[in-house]
Amino acid sequence: MSFDIALSLTRGRRRIETAFATGGGITALCGPSGAGKSSALAAIAGLLRPDDGHVAVAGAMLFDAASGIDLPPETRACGMVFQDLRLFPHLSVEANLRYGERRAPPVRRIVDFAETVRFLDIAALLGRRPGTLSGGEAQRVGIGRALLSGPRFLLLDEPLAALDVALREEIMTVIERIRDEFALPMILVSHSPDEVARLADHVVLMEPGSVG
Amino acid sequence: MLTPDEWGIVWLSLQVSLVAIAGALPFAFGLAYLLARGQFPGKVVVDALIHLPLVLPPVVVGWILLIAFAPHGVLGAPLQRWLGVSLMFRWTGAALAAAIMALPLMVRSIRLSIEAVDPRLEAAARTLGAGRIDRFVTILLPLARPGVLAALVLGFARSLGEFGATITFVSNVPGQTATLPLAIYSALQVPGQDNAVWRLALISVVLSLGALIASEMLVRHGLSRDRDTGAHVL
Repeated sequence: MSFDIALSLTRGRRRIETAFATGGGITALCGPSGAGKSSALAAIAGLLRPDDGHVAVAGAMLFDAASGIDLPPETRACGMVFQDLRLFPHLSVEANLRYGERRAPPVRRIVDFAETVRFLDIAALLGRRPGTLSGGEAQRVGIGRALLSGPRFLLLDEPLAALDVALREEIMTVIERIRDEFALPMILVSHSPDEVARLADHVVLMEPGSVG
Repeated sequence: MLTPDEWGIVWLSLQVSLVAIAGALPFAFGLAYLLARGQFPGKVVVDALIHLPLVLPPVVVGWILLIAFAPHGVLGAPLQRWLGVSLMFRWTGAALAAAIMALPLMVRSIRLSIEAVDPRLEAAARTLGAGRIDRFVTILLPLARPGVLAALVLGFARSLGEFGATITFVSNVPGQTATLPLAIYSALQVPGQDNAVWRLALISVVLSLGALIASEMLVRHGLSRDRDTGAHVL
């Protein structure tokens, strides 16, 4: 199993629950807004602490309420591409890409800098600041930053939502190539049935939790 | 232009002010961070205490320092016994008074710039492998930098102008505690010193104006590179 996850967490007065065990490739996390898909992703990355459950990826236990295991995000080796990207505004595109690369132990590296830049076609952007990038450019830099951080798995939070049709196609191709060339397990949060039909190897549906 | 004595006054003022802001900076940053990010009971009280020097008559601040650092005071006695140090009538005492008076302005400026840093960026840095100190140095500090620089310049300008707390705490000793404002005050007490007053007053204006303009330029420079940190002075 690539992902073996059972989560129960509270956000405000909302209960968020999901449980799934899926193999390699792309697991799509679907459901209406308010189902807590982004919160579930944050919990898998270690940024939110679940009340109960476990998070295991590729055989490594990252969180387990029963035995008290809770690795901090900085040691989970998860490549997270945030919905709002969160590129560092004070650093150049190159420094953003290198941020995770410099901190990753060499054994975890799956791709080098030059290869990433070529793969994502972002050579022309390296000297620029994130504030000057278009949506599609920023999305590719966000993906590149995650890939270079030596991830064991990727979490993609609606990577296509803010893009127009042509760019969407481009980024979908990038995601497929990551799946095929790096064999990285991925969780993809998505609203769109087309995206899910095309990309997903496994589909997990999340329902809005109880309010209490 | 200036007589050697007057140059001495200028250098003493610069020394007192620079030491004051250098000493105050770590405390100002720590307090600003606590107020910007911390959640603890009594936060309102801490906030009010930090701002007290801004609203109290400076004479009262000087008097409190005098009581605390007097040879038998709560802070003066241990300082004398363990370190053999006394701040009374010394330039170090003038620097302490200036630091206390500058602290609220410095905390405000740094706090605003820390509050403007999006914590989600630090969360992103965590997923990229950055630990607590690493995130502090590579994300928070650079993004808060314009506010820190503005705090330094603003604190420096405030320290240069310090009068009431200083004269109450460490008196007006030429060459030790007689900074620009105190020296101007002395000169005003003596007939026929009009020219000296003019020269010293002019230097005060130039130094303070320079500090304010430098502060504004630093903030603008930070703005064009990053984004608004709310650290404007002018």
